[in-house]
Amino acid sequence: MDIRSQISMVFHLDKCIGCHTCSIACKNIWTDRKGTEYMWWNNVETKPGTGFPTKWEDQEKYKGGWELKKGKVVLKSTNKVKTVTNIFHNPNMPTMDDYYEPWEYDYKELFNSKESDDQPTAKPVSMVTGEYIDIKAGPNWDDDLSGSPIYARNDINLENLTPEQKKQMFEIERLVMFYLPRICNHCLNPACVASCPSGALYKRGEDGIVLLDQKRCRAWRACISACPYKKTYYNWSSGKSEKCILCFPRVETGQAPACFHSCVGRIRYLGVLLYDADKIEEIASLPDEKLVEAHRSIILDPFDEKVISEAKRNGIADSTIDAAQKSPVYNFVVKWGLALPPHIEYRTLPMLFYVPPLLPVMSAQDGDTVKNINNEFFPDFEKARVPMKYMANLFSAGNESFIRYTLEKQTAVRAYRRAVTVGDIDMKDAEKALLKADCSKEEAEAIYKSTSLSTFEERFVIPASHREQAIEMYEDPLKLKQETGFGFKDKPKRGL
Amino acid sequence: MDQFNEIINTFFFIILPYLSIFTFLLVSIYRYRSRSFVYSSLSSQFLENRQHFWGMVPFHYGILTILAGHLVWFLFPKTTLLWNSVPLRLYIMEVSVFIFGLITFTGLINIIIRRRSDKKTRVITTTTDWIVLILLTIQIISGLYVAFFYRWGSSWFASSMSPYLHSIFKFNPDLAFISSMPFMVKLHIISAFSIILLFPFTRLVHVLVVPNPYLWRKPQVVRWNWDRKKIRDIENNSI
Ligand code: HEM
Ligand code: SF4
Ligand code: SF4
Repeated sequence: MDIRSQISMVFHLDKCIGCHTCSIACKNIWTDRKGTEYMWWNNVETKPGTGFPTKWEDQEKYKGGWELKKGKVVLKSTNKVKTVTNIFHNPNMPTMDDYYEPWEYDYKELFNSKESDDQPTAKPVSMVTGEYIDIKAGPNWDDDLSGSPIYARNDINLENLTPEQKKQMFEIERLVMFYLPRICNHCLNPACVASCPSGALYKRGEDGIVLLDQKRCRAWRACISACPYKKTYYNWSSGKSEKCILCFPRVETGQAPACFHSCVGRIRYLGVLLYDADKIEEIASLPDEKLVEAHRSIILDPFDEKVISEAKRNGIADSTIDAAQKSPVYNFVVKWGLALPPHIEYRTLPMLFYVPPLLPVMSAQDGDTVKNINNEFFPDFEKARVPMKYMANLFSAGNESFIRYTLEKQTAVRAYRRAVTVGDIDMKDAEKALLKADCSKEEAEAIYKSTSLSTFEERFVIPASHREQAIEMYEDPLKLKQETGFGFKDKPKRGL
Repeated sequence: MDQFNEIINTFFFIILPYLSIFTFLLVSIYRYRSRSFVYSSLSSQFLENRQHFWGMVPFHYGILTILAGHLVWFLFPKTTLLWNSVPLRLYIMEVSVFIFGLITFTGLINIIIRRRSDKKTRVITTTTDWIVLILLTIQIISGLYVAFFYRWGSSWFASSMSPYLHSIFKFNPDLAFISSMPFMVKLHIISAFSIILLFPFTRLVHVLVVPNPYLWRKPQVVRWNWDRKKIRDIENNSI
């Protein structure tokens, strides 16, 4: 056993309102520099939709993540030989066209334009070339299902849905959607790290944050195609790749990452998980249908005496073990089984988990109106507006039973709390629902509290980082704003 | 006139070589140690992906083969001459090297066209990029010219160039083989040393950081904040 600790995350999708506050918080701190304008380390996409960069989930196109070859887990995009032969030209590399060309507006037109019959407009200017451009796409062009014939209908997760299920989704096209906020998953088996020819990418031993060493990166760009979530980005100006750093300077000082801190829907949870690093390869090599369960099993019970003593033996601080015991992530993922990993079939073992949204819409089109097809409080999930198959493609490698489990439990908790507070549901029925959903009353209370009432300190349980000296690297954090941000003190001058 | 020639020769074939070699060594190391951020291949594939292939791939495969050839001729002149003593083998060597030269040249032309024509790539093209590209063009054209019009390639290099280069590295420069060479040969040598001189100041430093450890390292990289081995070992001993 080789116990390590990992800062992990849960996003409760039922609570996300799609406001993009998280994305803006991140952009203002980290990606307001030249060459990073197009990057969204945190982005929020509308599902169904093709996301950012467009169709990022299509691994036939991008070749991200891992695959099984003769029972061994290997990178899809590269290997030792291909690293040499493809280094000059990476055949799977997404380009700016797959993201978007960043722009700003030429506001002086509004003041300087000559008098005429029309209102002056602020013309868009490319932030790359400085020329006027025609905007064709942006990072959230398909927000709230806009342009869904091009975007939503091309969502890769719709692939193996029956025509009926597809029809069901698009019947009331404008009603069915949810938001998927995404950051780097700080994976246990990161494809980005494994692909980097220079060894610039690494996982921090003590908290599992995956970072990209700017001084070691040589722009070989292997990580850009290897990360199946497209969460490493290439800075075209500095000639270095960059990625989400989970705001480690904030985490090290006990603050939640900016996107977590600012989240309006309070959908985000952050906490420590203890896991057994010896098992990573074995689990990543299992067949698709076993992955969700196995991924969960790598996470260890922080209350188990044996786990605690092994963890201590491995140099894990008492404060970290304490944080692991209070971790909301442990509750959502392991104890309650509510949160699931995104696209586990990419085999990077992501450490960001999603609670799938309940989506109250349980209705069908009836002529010109919408009628409620489900009057019972415990609905038939087979008829859910978003087919379970779709959710399963996103969150459980196609296995619907995990989706059903979390949706049933969430519904039961609601019914139970409604019986408690409003009383228009019979407590007996609510208890029956809880029983069916594998949930005790205490658990229901705990889920309710954690979902609806939890405070800052309960949502973000951040252990002391014990990195006291490391902080000295960052002299004055604001000195290099809009240049390097935090980090080493050289100005990031482009290599000649 | 003779004196003038001598000064010219001394400058280009003794001073320039030493200047370039020492600058190359000192500046490359200094830059790596103190400003390693600027070591990068500065890829522009993200901005333009199609022309990129037709430039980078032929250019690099070509130039690496040619450089490998030069290195062999330089290090093993006798073996080279021996190999070339059979005409058929000489032809095979000469023709294949010439073809790789043409591949390199095609790639370089495509790179230059791309840098001129693609709007986004132009934004990140610096003056040093142009200096590098122009020097490389001179280098390749003069090389092809020598190979084609004088029919000298590997044999010539092994018999005349190698002794000169060896004399440079032995700190006892001997210009006997060089001073009477035609202009194009001299140009090839001068531009080669100019490239070496400017090398550490340009993006060419990416050649020095080719990622060889990848070939034998484990896939996953973990960096520790504390000395993990020590912690584990002490604990393990005590149990
Ligand atoms: C030793 C192995 C080498 C590797 C792995 C390598 C790799 C690369 C890479 C990845 C790029 C960036 C391409 C892009 O824009 O995406 C590049 C560019 C370049 N390389 Fe190399 N290279 C090598 C050797 C060389 C050599 C020997 C030379 C010439 C002496 C050279 C000259 C160049 C030049 C001039 C460019 C810039 C091309 C442009 O203007 O876009 N490289 N190289
Ligand atoms: S999400 Fe991508 S960038 Fe983040 S750790 Fe996983 S593979 Fe690496
Ligand atoms: S800030 Fe929170 S609620 Fe708003 S989009 Fe981001 S994750 Fe969703």
